[in-house]
Amino acid sequence: MTGETMTATAAAEAAMDTPARIRRERVRLLLRNLPFLVGSLLLIFWIVMAIAGPWIVPYGADDTDLLNTLTPPSPDHWFGTDQFGRDVFSRVIMGSRDILIVAPLATLLGTVVGTVLGLVTGYAKGLTDDVVSRIVDAFLALPLLILAMLVITALGISNTTVIIVIGLSFGLIVGRTVRAAVLGERDLDYVAAAHLRGEKPIYILFVEILPNVMPPIMVETTVRLGYAIFTVASLSFLGLGIQPPSPDWGLSISQNYGLIGGGYWWTVLFYALSIGSLVVGVNLAAEGAQAVLDA
Amino acid sequence: MPMQDGAEAALSVRDLDIAYRVRGRDRQVIRGLSFTIGRGETFGLVGESGCGKSTVALAVARYLPGNGRVRQGSIEIAGADALTMQGEALRRFRARNLSMVYQDPGRALNPSIRIGQQVAEVFEVAGVPAAERMDRARAILERVRIVDAGRVMTRYPHQLSGGMLQRVVIAMALAVDPTLLILDEPTTALDATVEAEVLDLIESLRAEMGSSVLFIGHNLAVIRRMCARVGVLYAGTLVEEGPTREIFANPRHPYTVGLLRCLPQPGLSKHDTRLDTIPGFLPTSLAGIEGCVFAPRCGLAQDICRTQEPPLIPVAPGRVSRCHFHEQAPDLPRATLATPPAQTKKLAAIRPVIRAAGISKTFGSHLPVYALRDVSVEIWPGETLGLVGESGSGKTTLAKLIMGLTPPDAGGIIELSGEPLAGSATRRQPAEFEALQIVFQNPDAALNRSQTIRRIISRPMRKLGRYRGVTLSDRLRGLMSHIRLAERYLPMRPRQLSGGLKQRVAIARAFAGDPRIVVCDEPTSALDVSVQAAILNLLADLQAEQGVSYLFVSHDLRVVRYISDRIAVLYLGRLMEIGPAAEVFNGPHHPYTESLLAASAEEDAGSALRLSGEIPSAMRPPSGCVFHTRCPRKIGEICETTEPELIQRRGDHAIRCHLTRDEMGRVATTIEA
Repeated sequence: MTGETMTATAAAEAAMDTPARIRRERVRLLLRNLPFLVGSLLLIFWIVMAIAGPWIVPYGADDTDLLNTLTPPSPDHWFGTDQFGRDVFSRVIMGSRDILIVAPLATLLGTVVGTVLGLVTGYAKGLTDDVVSRIVDAFLALPLLILAMLVITALGISNTTVIIVIGLSFGLIVGRTVRAAVLGERDLDYVAAAHLRGEKPIYILFVEILPNVMPPIMVETTVRLGYAIFTVASLSFLGLGIQPPSPDWGLSISQNYGLIGGGYWWTVLFYALSIGSLVVGVNLAAEGAQAVLDA
Repeated sequence: MPMQDGAEAALSVRDLDIAYRVRGRDRQVIRGLSFTIGRGETFGLVGESGCGKSTVALAVARYLPGNGRVRQGSIEIAGADALTMQGEALRRFRARNLSMVYQDPGRALNPSIRIGQQVAEVFEVAGVPAAERMDRARAILERVRIVDAGRVMTRYPHQLSGGMLQRVVIAMALAVDPTLLILDEPTTALDATVEAEVLDLIESLRAEMGSSVLFIGHNLAVIRRMCARVGVLYAGTLVEEGPTREIFANPRHPYTVGLLRCLPQPGLSKHDTRLDTIPGFLPTSLAGIEGCVFAPRCGLAQDICRTQEPPLIPVAPGRVSRCHFHEQAPDLPRATLATPPAQTKKLAAIRPVIRAAGISKTFGSHLPVYALRDVSVEIWPGETLGLVGESGSGKTTLAKLIMGLTPPDAGGIIELSGEPLAGSATRRQPAEFEALQIVFQNPDAALNRSQTIRRIISRPMRKLGRYRGVTLSDRLRGLMSHIRLAERYLPMRPRQLSGGLKQRVAIARAFAGDPRIVVCDEPTSALDVSVQAAILNLLADLQAEQGVSYLFVSHDLRVVRYISDRIAVLYLGRLMEIGPAAEVFNGPHHPYTESLLAASAEEDAGSALRLSGEIPSAMRPPSGCVFHTRCPRKIGEICETTEPELIQRRGDHAIRCHLTRDEMGRVATTIEA
């Protein structure tokens, strides 16, 4: 009987999928995935801009030049100037800073809140689940912007408020996804085995179940990041998000959109393109990564 | 090879090579496979999981997945080349000549279309005029012995039982009178009693309709019953072929010999002999194998076996074997010791380790399901209590109640070595967790896929045995060697292990503390026979060494007979019979036990004893004796009105039946050792 398990040949061993092998393989597939490559390049570009901005920009974002207001794009001012003579190119670069702090933090908060919420509701089932789920439904019935406006008006405008509002409301959405994944795990026998050695619910939730529901959480997080950027920009446009004097994109569009009618398109277009490219970049990267992980 | 003229054959496969493209590389799964099925013949293809038998079925139906490719060879069905057909021609050829029945009938039928309409669709494809289709559908359903076909036709698939659904699928497969019928494990998902019935049906229909059948399976007993000729497939290679009776009686390839030896012999138990096993594993890749594919696992292998692949050698009229030493095959040395493990731990049995008295379980209060009614069992130290019954009989419920995974109804008691146990695991004590462990049926679900083997085993050691540091690693090493699990598996994750190794890890986890009783819930039903033999040996060894008791749940009567000291038979949540294994098997038995034994008997012991119909719903259990609706030995009114008591018949053997001991039957399945 001793021979049974000992005779596995070295060849059989080598052909097995070790975690390191799988990881290498995934990286290779990711680097061959065009959407992922394009998306991450866009994302990396904006992150570099946000960090290195001050050393790149030709003018200060707030430097006014009242002799050169509303000049169209030119070799001196690549993206033209706005009504105070501020260099639009410099403002576009520097405008990436706030949104790249606020949106990821909001997403992170949403993921953490959603994961805990989903784990607890999915695991508890029964009354807890019913009550919490119906409350979540009620909140999600309101459009996110309306909800955000209500809370922000009540709590006062600040970047922190924006992070909290977006984070909590995303938490509800992430929570649903996590709950569905937990429902698929909680009845598996490894959970029963943990019960049968007397593990506490907290241990079962966070040590046994959580690692197995990480893939859907990661996917949801990347998707949420795209939405968060979009939502921060919208709130800023409405004056409820990032506040002046930040050169934030959404805020700048709201300050300048009245000028489009006068033909001063450059005061809006480049901010809009920036928001668009960042959202598209995040979504492409997320989609590519998901396709590879699912394969 | 025994072959009819190629043009005459229903299916002729020649030199078939099939590969799957996995991560940019070709992985060969079938190599040089040739076989022929004559008109009206039933040919069995038998082998363990991973040997490529389902790939053959898919290739014949031209239904290989997108990454599968026939690299070489030919497949001819009724003389037509099946590999070159494309598009519409292929579709029409399939519709006329080929039918397949798969393992899971629930997935073969569309859940949103009524049965009648689905069966009629087959006739639509075959070009039968619309007006006749429903009548033809009814006729074919009646042909597969569905009583009340008209009513069944108005049902949706979820309203029918598994056995009924498989009949419907078989009806659809036979509707167009195909040249070739491919049955891919058609009864694996069914209960033994239902399986016997479906096999009877297939047999008689085949005789009536004269179809040729390719029967694919891993269950040797089923293949033996159904097929005139059989091919044994190992690692994509045909290793032996010939008339079924001869091959089973006198196998001439070491793999076939090993496979047959893995099965527990009728009448023998763990106290008589250890099961033989096939050491080693299936090769993961066929590339670069120079000699015989089976050589690394073969007890007869010589130098020539490792360098030169044996051809298919004719060993008798109509029989071939791919072995250089086919004459010696029957003398294949055993891979395990024959002597059963010696009882090293003697136990003073003063009280049962588990005593359950009068426990019941009712699910739901609105529409109550009586899953278990007033069951009392005792399990003594060092013994195995086998639990048998059809699905829906309450076996798993009883196991779960004892484990505390579901609380029992108020009123019953469960005691662990005389101390009462809380009904729910959350209220049990650490010492009770340690004493009471479980091995689940499906190791994939039972092991946390995100954890390493080391973690899976050492956590319960820390938690149950309270071992720490050096003691923990010493204990871990000791346990690994007991479970015959090499230490190099410790850093791996479950997905890197084969099914048998995973089940060993699950057993190791159950033995991490010092259990007094381990519940084994169908621990080998997801495993191949050679792996099953190794696991059963391991369980028997551990029991002899540590004096642990088992509650062993299984639908496989041979396995239960081998491993159990006593056996309990459940039907609709009632204990129908309980007693020493030999007495329960030798009879006289309860009519239900008798039917179960008859269904699993090798040779057709008595079709009169076949259970017809389904197990009744536990929501509305029959009056009187719950078995009276299906009982082949029903006496009369008394069975419908009065529930018999569970009466001690002789010694420890108790039966719940109105019949006297002399009136009960015996099934001659056991050869006394």
